[in-house]
Amino acid sequence: MQAFDFVSAQSVDEVVAALAAGGERARPLSGGTDLLAQMKEGRRSYATVVDLKRIPELMEVRVGADGLWLGASVPCHIVNNNADIQKMYPALHDSTGLIGGTQIQGRASLGGNLCNASPAADGIPILIVHSATAHIAGPNGTRTLPADEFCVAPGRNALQNGEILVALQLPAPAKNFGAAYLRFIPRNEMDIAVVGVGVSVVLSDDGQTIQSARVSLGAVAPTPLYVKAAGDALAGQPVSEETFEKAAQIAREAAKPISDMRGTIAQRKHLSGVLTKRALRIAIDRARGTTTVDSLGRLNGNG
Amino acid sequence: MAKKVMVQSVINGDDTAFLCETRQTLLEVLRDELGMTGTKEGCGNGNCGACNVMLDGVLVNSCLVLAVEAEGRTVTTIEGIAPADGLHPLQQKFLEHAALQCGICTPGFIISSKALLEHNPNPSEHDVRLWLAGNLCRCTGYDKIVRAVLDVASAN
Repeated sequence: MQAFDFVSAQSVDEVVAALAAGGERARPLSGGTDLLAQMKEGRRSYATVVDLKRIPELMEVRVGADGLWLGASVPCHIVNNNADIQKMYPALHDSTGLIGGTQIQGRASLGGNLCNASPAADGIPILIVHSATAHIAGPNGTRTLPADEFCVAPGRNALQNGEILVALQLPAPAKNFGAAYLRFIPRNEMDIAVVGVGVSVVLSDDGQTIQSARVSLGAVAPTPLYVKAAGDALAGQPVSEETFEKAAQIAREAAKPISDMRGTIAQRKHLSGVLTKRALRIAIDRARGTTTVDSLGRLNGNG
Repeated sequence: MAKKVMVQSVINGDDTAFLCETRQTLLEVLRDELGMTGTKEGCGNGNCGACNVMLDGVLVNSCLVLAVEAEGRTVTTIEGIAPADGLHPLQQKFLEHAALQCGICTPGFIISSKALLEHNPNPSEHDVRLWLAGNLCRCTGYDKIVRAVLDVASAN
């Protein structure tokens, strides 16, 4: 790793100032599970590295009636073990419980996962279906952006020069809300998604009708996709396999994957449909309150 | 020569001050500056778990932590596991079950397993395999390691 100046920032203002002073040669550091690996390999080098993990807002977890404020640098293990998050947003753990292994989850954050903007990121579809908002700070002040507009290309996000992600805000779940994230990988653990699918639903009080839904696909396009048409097709429909198949068909069509070492176009389109249906079943069970996650909250897409 | 900075941490219960370059990882400092070579370097990029340590009680890859990030933090390495006299139960059971051959992965497995049992004193076999999925071993085929951990847990 090449030498750099290390700044342990204590406030958002301090980060913004350090990034403004350092320009493109300055880089914020959160969990470092991607950044430090890339710096060690020489793929990236910086004159200044600004650590974000001692800034209160970026490490804050606040769960309340107005939803969840999740600081951008909060590591996955906090999400995995926070009882309030588990109760209100059990589907977050579908993602934070499978980003890397245990020791990666000790450092890696959902905010970092979003900023890295990998097309196959496990953390992004679940943010999209929870209608998460990204809170951004920079030299021109603060702004917000919906999670589904945050990624603009593989590895590129919507942050402008000198901006950082401060936090993710998730609205309080509506009554009868349920969500789920599933990914397909050819082994049991520790792999990059061939396809990942996040869904959320809001059901009628009797649990028989889908009032609204959101669907998001990962690893099938240059960025994680928000498939609005699939959610629209589910809205107002009865909970049934026929309804699920309609959404799955739209998901297959929305997927624009490439063929690579992990999967072919045909396989990825097929999986987009399969996982959409499976994730819908889980989300609906959760909305009805008829299921709980296992002890580690892990739901596996291979079953 | 890059400028060095002073870092103060508590390592295995001891107040420890060390000088390091900002680009040095916690793993490099433990091994090369502090002479604590129990923590091993495997892949060096967060895939294998050989370098695992506890940072403020949280399991991390020390190869993906900058040593300067340890300022004011507590670090637990394999050297801090055993009591003054004898072995930690995980070390004992790893020996009894022959849960190691070349031994490079062992400190990481012991640290990870200790973290697991603190998090979940009575894990299922599935829980153990899931928790240890980020630790790679080329020798044992994992079964002996899983049995050793479950044996320690059964005494809880």
